[in-house]
Amino acid sequence: MDTPLLRLAGLDKRFGDRAVFSGVDLDVKRGDRIAIIGASGSGKSTLLRCINFLERPDAGRVILNGEPVGAERQRSGGTETRYDEGSLNRLRQRVGMVFQQFNLFPHMTALGNVMEGLVTVKRMARAPAGERAMAELARVGLADKAEAYPAHLSGGQKQRVAIARALAMEPEILLFDEPTSALDPALVGEVLDTIQALAAEGRTMILVTHEIGFAYHMATRVLFLAEGGIYEQGTPDEVLKAPRRPLTQAFIAGHRRFSF
Amino acid sequence: MYRWDFTPIWAHGDLLLAGLGNTLVLTAVALAGGLPVGLALALARLSGNRLMAAPAGLVIEVFRTTPPLVQLFWFYFGLPIILNVEMTPYLAAALTFTIQSGAFFAEIFRAGIVSVDKGQSESARAIGMSKAQAMRRIILPQAVKRMFPAMMERSIELMKTTTLVATVSYADLLYQANELAQKTFRPLEVFTAAALLYFVTITLVSALGALVERRMAQSGEMTR
Repeated sequence: MDTPLLRLAGLDKRFGDRAVFSGVDLDVKRGDRIAIIGASGSGKSTLLRCINFLERPDAGRVILNGEPVGAERQRSGGTETRYDEGSLNRLRQRVGMVFQQFNLFPHMTALGNVMEGLVTVKRMARAPAGERAMAELARVGLADKAEAYPAHLSGGQKQRVAIARALAMEPEILLFDEPTSALDPALVGEVLDTIQALAAEGRTMILVTHEIGFAYHMATRVLFLAEGGIYEQGTPDEVLKAPRRPLTQAFIAGHRRFSF
Repeated sequence: MYRWDFTPIWAHGDLLLAGLGNTLVLTAVALAGGLPVGLALALARLSGNRLMAAPAGLVIEVFRTTPPLVQLFWFYFGLPIILNVEMTPYLAAALTFTIQSGAFFAEIFRAGIVSVDKGQSESARAIGMSKAQAMRRIILPQAVKRMFPAMMERSIELMKTTTLVATVSYADLLYQANELAQKTFRPLEVFTAAALLYFVTITLVSALGALVERRMAQSGEMTR
């Protein structure tokens, strides 16, 4: 069997005394598109943020291409995983992330935002980095906004620049953290179209979303998070149309207004 | 009725201008040294490493909570005893005002850095930047824009506070004015002229600062 592109093994996360989730296992194969749904506070975003270590998992391992992130060492009372900054920075170059609030760099133009990782992290010269960045902006339909500052872009345009910024690093996996939740309803479509186009290219992605209809059309697999873990998972038809377990059924019933 | 007579001041105008020059040199040295000292103190305090944060915090608090004149006397009269070195007025003044302004700048830097949205460092880290790269490329450029008015304010305060160095015989503008007043018996005219020189210099510096601030506001946008 192929090594999964990404494997989460026994991931735990606590905030203080409160366990967000525990013992989460997940295999992501190349080309998988995984939608994570669940009620607010079910740990969807936290799970996503544990994959690129914006949150440190309290236990368990993140394994990318068969290589576990961080180094285990023995301590009294068990093993402890140590993460050095260099290995996390390398992981993050291979795992792109798109945020709910876009988080564009306001002091840089759209082009500057997309170039930044190429120049600062990948040490590319400015001229080829600029060309690469322009190509990514063109891909999200914003070549004409290259010189615009984020303050002069609409929410949907900002999010598309943020997607281009993540793509420029040529990540093996894209993480989307509720990418349309901060948008005016009229602007949601253009961002979903952009994500859909990436899906059509066969990119591997994990998407946390409240857009159940979009998850149904885009995902190859749906995870429903509840009770501190993956409560139910399967194909979009299984989880979204014919959920088997009560919390999933109640959650989907609450979203009936979405047409598939 | 007092009869104003500025002729003796005109005659010794070069003395006052030399004093103004020394004031400007000291201010510039304290700024050039205080800004990096302040940034280093702020980064140490924000580092999350207690071994760095605690000493930085101590330096900042000591220099913010003791009178600058006491600091100056400590460096001028006290430090030579410990180090067994000759202390010049210039060196004592430069040391005092570099560290003292550094302590104030540190708090301005810190406030500026923490005012930048957490999402900014997260998105920088998410494309693989190190902490240092994120600070230099993403956080500081935004923080400095916000800090600039407070920095200007503090720099003007610094220039005015340097008058204290006259007490250790550093030949700044106030020291020279005092000399001149005793020489000419015209304290009213002399100190009026000195006040005028401070007023004109600081007004010019403020105007320049306002210009830079406007330029910065135009070269990029602060809203998300």
